[in-house]
Amino acid sequence: MSSPPFRLRTLGAVGSVAALVALAACSSSSSSGGSASGNSSSSGTVTVAVVSNPLITGQMIPLTRSVFEKQNPGITVKFATYTEGDLRAAIEKDVATHSNAFNVIMIGPYETPLFAKNGWLTDLTTTFTNNDPGYDASDLLPSIAKALSYKGDLYAAPFYGESSMVFYRKDMFQAAGLTMPQHPTWAQVQSFAAKLNVPGKQSGICLRGLAGWGDNMAALDTVVNTFGGEWFNMNWQPQLTSPAFEAATNFYVNLIRKYGEPGASSDSFNQLLTLYGQGKCAMWYDATVAATSIATTYPQVATNTGYAFAPVNKTQSSGWLWTWSLGIPQGTSNAGAAWKFVSWATSKQYASLVASKYGWAAVPPGTRTSLYSNPSYLAAASAFAPITIASIDGTDPNHPTVNPVPYVGVQYVDIPQFESLGVAVGQQIAGAIAGTESVSQALTAGQAAASQYTPAQLSAG
Amino acid sequence: MAVVETGAAPPSVAEVRPRGASRREAWQRRLPLLPALIYTIVVTQIPFLVTLWYSFQNYFFDVPGGAHWTGVSNYSKVFTNAAFRGALWRSVLMTVVAVLVAMILGVAFALLLDRKFIGRSVVRTLIITPFLVMPAAAALVWAGPMLDPNFGLLNYLLEPFGVHHVAWLSTHALGSVIVVMIWQWTPFMTLIVLAGLQGQPADVLEAAKVDGAGVLATFRELTFPFLRPYIELGILLGSIYLVNVFDAVRLMTNGGPGTVTTNLPFYLYEQVNNAFDVGGAAATGVVTVILTIIVATFALRMFARVFQFEGAGS
Repeated sequence: MSSPPFRLRTLGAVGSVAALVALAACSSSSSSGGSASGNSSSSGTVTVAVVSNPLITGQMIPLTRSVFEKQNPGITVKFATYTEGDLRAAIEKDVATHSNAFNVIMIGPYETPLFAKNGWLTDLTTTFTNNDPGYDASDLLPSIAKALSYKGDLYAAPFYGESSMVFYRKDMFQAAGLTMPQHPTWAQVQSFAAKLNVPGKQSGICLRGLAGWGDNMAALDTVVNTFGGEWFNMNWQPQLTSPAFEAATNFYVNLIRKYGEPGASSDSFNQLLTLYGQGKCAMWYDATVAATSIATTYPQVATNTGYAFAPVNKTQSSGWLWTWSLGIPQGTSNAGAAWKFVSWATSKQYASLVASKYGWAAVPPGTRTSLYSNPSYLAAASAFAPITIASIDGTDPNHPTVNPVPYVGVQYVDIPQFESLGVAVGQQIAGAIAGTESVSQALTAGQAAASQYTPAQLSAG
Repeated sequence: MAVVETGAAPPSVAEVRPRGASRREAWQRRLPLLPALIYTIVVTQIPFLVTLWYSFQNYFFDVPGGAHWTGVSNYSKVFTNAAFRGALWRSVLMTVVAVLVAMILGVAFALLLDRKFIGRSVVRTLIITPFLVMPAAAALVWAGPMLDPNFGLLNYLLEPFGVHHVAWLSTHALGSVIVVMIWQWTPFMTLIVLAGLQGQPADVLEAAKVDGAGVLATFRELTFPFLRPYIELGILLGSIYLVNVFDAVRLMTNGGPGTVTTNLPFYLYEQVNNAFDVGGAAATGVVTVILTIIVATFALRMFARVFQFEGAGS
């Protein structure tokens, strides 16, 4: 063992050098992996972070493969698909740390103004739409475009827009001798749910219970608003334990626990779409865009589906306003190619393309004025297009509540802290829906979570 | 963890040789190990130092401006936070219950599999299968096809017995997660105990039979003491893995409903992923590492004893 000392030493040295080289290679590859070559050229790879909703997974992704990439041979589009909660976390981390793993991000009216204010998004108006008359940004629905703007400029292009409404089974209502008014109250909806609930067979009403501010809290917030509650009063003091907030939450939680679907605390849009499509729900309160998915995925159920406005209590209307939109992070590589993809997916031509492949009823709704004067669309979507556009037009994110509030947003509070606060409160509500805690326990915990921020911190957002 | 592993220096055998030769030999022995040592330091200790640094910073991803020094406020938050204590308690509860039940089932299965019967090798392979399935895939299968309240297999099978649409992951979330952990780890315990059983000398058992000992007495007086080191080993290894269980929690219940299934790893993940609280998560991580080192020190002592047992047994 001691005869060839030099060789052993050399071996060791070579080994350690090799290890260092390997390490250096690892670290350099990881640091250069994110930034591909090219800056504003219209070619290269475009990585898009999207939410796993049907109009994206069922239409956008396949059409990108079969049409967009064929028309633009220099561009390769990669999709990263997430559920809503995971998407938010992935995007927030990527954009805030300037990792630039995504060239295009799917965001909404909550993120867009906040990100734009932080300088995390590309100004689409000055960078692209002003020089791209074919895109026709003035055709975007005013309320949707406004929700995606910061200081008058567009920072995200809407892929589809939505409010909320009630879907109900006309056949079940008829069999029970019930009539759904066009503008129901929550008390009416509750009484219908009680009559139509058949445990083990069908739920009186299907509602979101999954923890998340865009999941169970989106639906609950519209109930809170119309019951006269709010997240914060004008002095930015949290109001989660106010009588109105508590009454609304009790109402919502009891409605689910008595007449809702079993296991509601793990259900959000996609799960409820499946349940409704399989005839397990007599009513379903959710995003208006569900009408498009019901029409295309469950045509049998669609013929028996009626549509009513979001139920109210103390307000005239109560629908939320949301739009899944495509933004381009500031400083991303391949921004030119990214815009090419974004403008294609949110264009008028995309609507015709979807129509030619899947029929007019399948077209992503709620983004462009021209769609709602298109006779082919209105003929195919006559059952739900008028109520969708009326619901979207009827929302007012600046005045969502009965009492005046210092924040913007119907089913969210447009401050940075809401990202984690909304999730924390959503978890508590999910616990109340599952029965692991009471509503007042959940709201007390939620109030405590909201109280960790000072009014000064909240208003600075 | 690495601190514990590298802490024990091997007793020097070169002591009796001349000094110069010993130094050279010592280096001959050390040099080939250096790359591994450097690698270990780079991938474990440097990230730990970075974590330590972050744990004294106020740093939220979503707040522009980056990190700034806050002293020990992150740590005081960890110790005053009921959510952290809850997660710690649930981690301990989940691990203890899952490991003990898996071990009891493992011993039972091992005793059965130790007998000779037709198709034994097929049954053995089948019993090991849950351990071979990817934890993430297993969790998804359990959450969807098995436990779904509307379309799940379990509710379908229970329907003739009057059980209707139980939302297992809502009403029995913690129990469901623990059952999946047990399901996944019982095969591992079975394997370890079975290996022990097959090393049991046949003549001793025969002697017991001749002396008129019953089945129970034989198990209590002979088999169980013989298996003890194997059971201890299984419990130790199982605990090390199960205290870190994440897949099942993330994919079956996402820590909920509320926080009833949030264990320490998931709590940490949430602090970064939902609250974007890098400083707080780093402090939680540091506290967890310190607690782990304390537990691991005791566990490793037991580990050493297990090997002594084995050495004495062979």
